[in-house]
Amino acid sequence: MPFNILVAVSLTYVAVLFGVAFVAERRAIGGRAGWLRLPLVYTLSLSIYCTAWTFYGAVGYAARSGLEFLTIYLGPTLVFVGWWWVLRKLVRIGRAQRVTSIADLISSRYGKSNFLGVVVTVIAVLAATPYIALQLQSVTLSFGVFASDTPEGWAVPDQGATALWVAAGLALFTILFGTRNLDANERHHGIVMAIAVEAVVKLIALLAVGLFVVWGVAGGVADILARIDASPIADWELKPGRWAGLTFVSAAAILTLPRMFQVMVVENADERHVATASWAFPLYLMLMSLFVVPIAVVGLSIMPEGSNPDLFVLTIPLSQGAGKLALLAFLGGFSSATSMVIVAAIALSTMVSNHIVTPLWLALRVGSARAPGDVRGLVLMSRRLSIAAVLALGYTYYHLSGGSAALASIGLISFVGVAQVLPAMMGGIYWRGATHVGAAMGLITGFAIWLYCLFLPSFGPNGLLSARLIAEGPFGIDWLRPHALFGITGLDPLLHALLWSMLLNTGAFLIGSLSSFPGPMERLQGVAFVNIFDQSSGPGSWTRSAAEAEDLLSMSQRILGAEEAQRFFQAQATAQGKAGLLPDPTPDFIARLERQLAGSVGAATSHAMIAQLSGGTTVSVQDLIAVAGEAQQIKEYSAQLEAKSEELARTARALREANEKLTELSVQKDGFLSQISHELRTPMTSIRAFSEILMESDLPEDMRAKYAGIIHDETRRLTRLLDDLLDLSVLENRKVQLNIGVANLHDILNKAIVAASNTRPERMFVVQRDASTEHMPVFTDTDRLLQVFINVISNARKYCDAERAVLRIEVKKRGGQAQIDFIDNGSGIPKKVQALIFEKFARLTDTSHAGGAGLGLAICREIMANLGGSIEYLPGQGGAAFRVRLPLKLSA
Amino acid sequence: MPQTQPLFLARRSYRRRRMMDAVRLLPFFGTVLLLLPLLWRPAETPEPDTARGVIYLFTTWVVLIIAALVLSRGLAPGLLDAEEPVSPGPETEPHNGAG
Amino acid sequence: MRGKHVVLIEDELNIAEAIRFILTRAGAAVTHLATGTDSTAVLLREKPDVLVLDVMLPDRSGLEILSEIRAIPELATLAVLMLTARGQSRDREAAERAGANAFLAKPFANSDLLAQVRTLAEGGT
Repeated sequence: MPFNILVAVSLTYVAVLFGVAFVAERRAIGGRAGWLRLPLVYTLSLSIYCTAWTFYGAVGYAARSGLEFLTIYLGPTLVFVGWWWVLRKLVRIGRAQRVTSIADLISSRYGKSNFLGVVVTVIAVLAATPYIALQLQSVTLSFGVFASDTPEGWAVPDQGATALWVAAGLALFTILFGTRNLDANERHHGIVMAIAVEAVVKLIALLAVGLFVVWGVAGGVADILARIDASPIADWELKPGRWAGLTFVSAAAILTLPRMFQVMVVENADERHVATASWAFPLYLMLMSLFVVPIAVVGLSIMPEGSNPDLFVLTIPLSQGAGKLALLAFLGGFSSATSMVIVAAIALSTMVSNHIVTPLWLALRVGSARAPGDVRGLVLMSRRLSIAAVLALGYTYYHLSGGSAALASIGLISFVGVAQVLPAMMGGIYWRGATHVGAAMGLITGFAIWLYCLFLPSFGPNGLLSARLIAEGPFGIDWLRPHALFGITGLDPLLHALLWSMLLNTGAFLIGSLSSFPGPMERLQGVAFVNIFDQSSGPGSWTRSAAEAEDLLSMSQRILGAEEAQRFFQAQATAQGKAGLLPDPTPDFIARLERQLAGSVGAATSHAMIAQLSGGTTVSVQDLIAVAGEAQQIKEYSAQLEAKSEELARTARALREANEKLTELSVQKDGFLSQISHELRTPMTSIRAFSEILMESDLPEDMRAKYAGIIHDETRRLTRLLDDLLDLSVLENRKVQLNIGVANLHDILNKAIVAASNTRPERMFVVQRDASTEHMPVFTDTDRLLQVFINVISNARKYCDAERAVLRIEVKKRGGQAQIDFIDNGSGIPKKVQALIFEKFARLTDTSHAGGAGLGLAICREIMANLGGSIEYLPGQGGAAFRVRLPLKLSA
Repeated sequence: MPQTQPLFLARRSYRRRRMMDAVRLLPFFGTVLLLLPLLWRPAETPEPDTARGVIYLFTTWVVLIIAALVLSRGLAPGLLDAEEPVSPGPETEPHNGAG
Repeated sequence: MRGKHVVLIEDELNIAEAIRFILTRAGAAVTHLATGTDSTAVLLREKPDVLVLDVMLPDRSGLEILSEIRAIPELATLAVLMLTARGQSRDREAAERAGANAFLAKPFANSDLLAQVRTLAEGGT
């Protein structure tokens, strides 16, 4: 197939994925996420477990080592069918603690220790980099297979260039859809939907190739089985150690791979999806593995000697002339590689950004001059850079390793690396005694052994470790040889590293935990994680107490009637913070139940019954239930009557409450209306009186001018009042259109002081400020904020009764808030009216007649509420003092 | 039929509890089945039996999938009411259930 | 109205100025108080023919002042015109109960004010 057509097909495919991601994202934003949250989509998104290593590599693995490849899929199968143990708990914890990555999980569990977050991040990045390189390699190789023997079209560019383009394209896609928003729970609907589509493509592709091989090339099932036994694969030898070890390590990896944690826990929208995935994901894995052996067997028999079994999925259809099938297979492999890389990049970038870049930045910033902190922008930027960096690392690794065969084994090496997180994770969710010292010791021990015994030697002799060191140990110390630690020889290197790293990791974790003491935060988190399902009682006592509660319910139903008993139990369970029908049989609950039952059967009987069930006396439960059955019939009739009268009483109560509320509202409204009436009529009275005077009489010119002036002033007062009223009404209904902009607080204060100087301009008025504290950007409606400041400053000019009036303005930054205090040196506001000044028309003794209708502070209060801040009177400052608080950044 | 309902409820929750036991046991059952091949000696038997191995492993796999399917069907609906709300639900009156 | 004496208690200076102009032009003498604080003392001293009293004063209510006046024997028969800016019938009733002789809602026509004061001043003597 010509290379240019291949490129066109790939690009079209990527464009479709873009479209899918875009539409899904749109729908999710529009709240129409309905089908995005299907359990099917969740299950399919898990399929990123099957990377190109599965798609191409499983066949190669089977050709080399027989059925051993199955362990990679059987391990996860066991984890998923056992979902009730670990997955359910992880997902619940992830939800309750808003976990963003596996590093976050570990860090959060161990007292939010960022050090652990960094360790896990480093392990994850180191383990994933070669894996990403492997994906780039597979895409590059598959391009090569297609375009190798076609003279027409473009020439195949060199493999490095292909890998570079693929890496760049994936980085772009991931940044576009992976860092669009900074949601608290880090869900990416677009990406999940796109990888679900890719999951379908790769499954269909592999199944199609399989069906073609079994029925197209071979002669059906029986023939294939015969061929299997006749092929070289039949000579494989099951190595018990590897079989068990690989099953274990793949089971561990599915829990600890950052990308799996991302789709399994972080992207999980609904716990019930885990229940579906418990069978559907194993089914997916089974289908992906189903035709691996047949393809390997057929490939080995029909393909020429020495051809790469890792590419049989492509080369078999090509050799049989099935070009379209081969293209489908190519897309399947492409999907496997891209979806893995995308999710891995997101997961890793979240970890790098949250645990390394952001803390570092915050730490550096403390020392430097104060800078406005747009952390959100910083985090997004660091995510984007991290994604690019992760892909660049993968590409660099690919480039340096030269696409060598050494990459083929990197999948398992990577699995063993991430499995080092397992002891800290499992200990963290099942053992309250696990401490961060233990976790750190375990993680570092395991990580070091993995590095030394497996990762570094994987670069081959004289790669990163010298051949001599590998053969003879460092400084010739025999028992430190990377492949024969402590003199254990004869194990294969992978198993050797797995055994020692997991043993010593777990050992260090346990010893560290037992010998250290957890901090308070850590203990809190420990309880929250371990007892996630039941905060009040430990898992051990749960079954017993639930059984008791069930017996109590069964008895109560006979006495109270099924419906009422269930309602009572449910209400009690809710009050205890539990869901479902069965509350914990705490002494408190039992006492309430007893009271409830006593209402039906009398206190003594009720006490006896409860004692029977919770204490265990000689009367049998059967006897009690029989007694209860008789009592029930008598109860039933009277209960019906009671229910009716209670219904009536309830309705009456509801009506009474509604009425009281209405009356109260009406009183408030009357008060307000009569206030408005007064405030409107007062200026109108002057206007009317003086206009009549002007109309009737011949006045001297100076009086005419004076009265006209009064009319003019009063008209303006009236207008101002109406403006204020409208303003207030809009603000109170929160319908105000905020005009968010950014400005320096210092400049706003400057403007306010200038504008307020119109008020009693004749007055000597000193404003004391500390300009250095005022320089900070505020994102808010600056005009509205200015209005508040003008009002407060004008009030000070108006009412400050000191001889030499001084207004002090103090600005402080408190968390994400600015706090601006306005303190004058007047006599302040009497204590009894301090609470009233923010009410409408609360003008105090307005002897100075400064205009305004007493709405100013009420408007200020509403404005600040609209801006997400507050204004309050600050008592005890010597004069009148107002404190304005406002968020530095108004969240829209 | 006020007498039958409580019995039915008790039975249903009893079944649910046993299903929880089953789903907890399933991975151990699966582990045993999947580790059984360790006892085989494929290289030592005279006839090739890799095909039988394939059939055994895939059959076990399917059995595990079906078991998980049945159990998750039984447990999933309960998952919503029994354990869904991480925070307590809307307030109901703590006692006086009829009120 | 020549020779008649009116005391005006009104906190709004512009309104007070207008009333003073209207009544003075008709020949009355007007004493203005901006607050009700020491109104009884002033009334006892001035012995006016008519008191024009605003209901809403900043320090105390006009109704309160009125009740106080009526409790003093020398002032029990003083003719009082109440002014209110709220204009609700409740206010009128309250004013009557407190012992006002007449009631005027703001804003008023200058002629109405003059007529009311004149009636009260002449009826009072």
